[in-house]
Amino acid sequence: MRNPHRTQKIAFFFLFLATLLIVVPVGLIVVIIIQKGLPAISWKFLTDMPREGMRGGGIFPAIIGTVYLVSGAIIFALPIGLSAAIYLSEYAKDNLLTRMIKLAIVNLAGVPSVVYGLFGLALFVVFFKFGASILSGSLTLGIMILPVIITTSREALESVPHSFREASLSLGASKWQTIRHIVLPNAIPGILTGMILGLGRAAGETAPILFTVAAFYLPQLPGSIFDQAMALPYHLYVISTQVPNVEEKIRYGTALVLLVLVLFMNLVAIIIRYQFRKKKKW
Amino acid sequence: MRKFKEFIIEKFILFCGLATIFFVVLIFLFLLKQGLALFKTFSPFQFLSGKNWYPISEPAQFGILPLILGSLLVTLGAAVISIPIGIGCAVYIAEIAPSKVKEILKSGIELLAAIPSVVLGFIGMVTLVPLVKNIFHLPTGLTALSGSIMLAFMAMPTIVSIAEDALYSVPKSYKEGALALGATHWQAIYRVMLPAASSGILAAVMLGIGRVIGETMAVMMITGNAASMPHSILQPIRTLTATIAAEMGEAVAGGEHYFALFAIGIVLFIISFAINVTADLFLHKRRS
Repeated sequence: MRNPHRTQKIAFFFLFLATLLIVVPVGLIVVIIIQKGLPAISWKFLTDMPREGMRGGGIFPAIIGTVYLVSGAIIFALPIGLSAAIYLSEYAKDNLLTRMIKLAIVNLAGVPSVVYGLFGLALFVVFFKFGASILSGSLTLGIMILPVIITTSREALESVPHSFREASLSLGASKWQTIRHIVLPNAIPGILTGMILGLGRAAGETAPILFTVAAFYLPQLPGSIFDQAMALPYHLYVISTQVPNVEEKIRYGTALVLLVLVLFMNLVAIIIRYQFRKKKKW
Repeated sequence: MRKFKEFIIEKFILFCGLATIFFVVLIFLFLLKQGLALFKTFSPFQFLSGKNWYPISEPAQFGILPLILGSLLVTLGAAVISIPIGIGCAVYIAEIAPSKVKEILKSGIELLAAIPSVVLGFIGMVTLVPLVKNIFHLPTGLTALSGSIMLAFMAMPTIVSIAEDALYSVPKSYKEGALALGATHWQAIYRVMLPAASSGILAAVMLGIGRVIGETMAVMMITGNAASMPHSILQPIRTLTATIAAEMGEAVAGGEHYFALFAIGIVLFIISFAINVTADLFLHKRRS
């Protein structure tokens, strides 16, 4: 006869194994990149222009390009995303329109990143005639990270207890005053989390910037938002597939800088959320 | 005056809510506008069923069947790997792991989701690709299999976190009832929890697969980019997404090739739309 306790042991062993199969490779990826990339990292690598057709020098313009792109994306996406989240959590009634907005957000989150690239090319680069520029790239990335910002902000707003709103309204505050002075301040950590996650996503994506902004090799800093720029993820793609004979160290170094940038932002988001949950008074 | 200011603010908020719908429509319209231009000179039937993708030969041929099959092959491989592992891990996190370990595992999964695809592609190129080449004694390790393995890691975070959510939201009383009747913990999981969470888990799987189909950079870097009909998983292939990313740089704006790449974009948009709407229906069913 089959022993249910032995079956359980076997089953749990396999579940544990499945978890290991995810966790171990992830750990390995991070360790390999750190181990092989660290020797490349130096002040010069981080602040120098790429030289000798990207086979030497540093990655400074790529870092700066990514910072510009990500800042532009968040300047565009945060006001719209936060307002949309406020609409959904505070104003929306349970009707067809709300259902459609939610569905639109789900779809924006699911559209493949390369399709965002096509869209950015057709709308911003060609139709609006912004050309391949930081502006086009930022707007494309901004639309891409909207769902992240909306979903996290909305969760944060909805987790503020109803009694807070009722207390404020009963004191004679208007609906907007209540949102502005009661709901928003209490939701700030959650909104911040969403913003940082959006930044991380925008910093790491390559496909949307391929045709909207990314420059193959541009050893100078962008002068205005209508200039092309290098970007870290695209630079990593270029030196690992398009340019032969790039020293391994430089590739790993670039991968490390990108990885650290993105993981650092996610770590900050996780810590903010953790602290917030611990301190929550309700 | 205050009333007027609030009126403006509230209209702005409503406008931003509507903007999400507007963006989806805008994306679709712009894809359509550019993509449909191809079909003035090239038949849609040839486009979907043609076996040759020769965009720059004379006359050019835009058959995307090999690309569709390439995408399907990689996705299927990734699904076979990521679904059992992902659901297993979700069950482990939701039911078995002690609460401290659980938090660490969840953060770890989140970090995996955050690793940029170009970094995963790079790591795949330098570690996985040579490995596949040596194990199977192939002329190149840039194969559909390598792509599947790497993409599985991109699908897993989605599958794990949504499936874990689904398991977590099964009412406690279900499990307690099963345990009270003398079931072991595993029997309760297998016979009660998993069936109760099935629609959420299904949604998790679909969204994971959606992520894989849309993935671009990693797949372009490690599947070899050969736009021919795939015959085996140990062969270089090319996906829909990689084709757009690899060729748009060379396509002349307003030319046939350019329109054809947008037409591929339409196909991708429709696939992701279908997957996301269906997955959302499953998630919705669970809640109500």
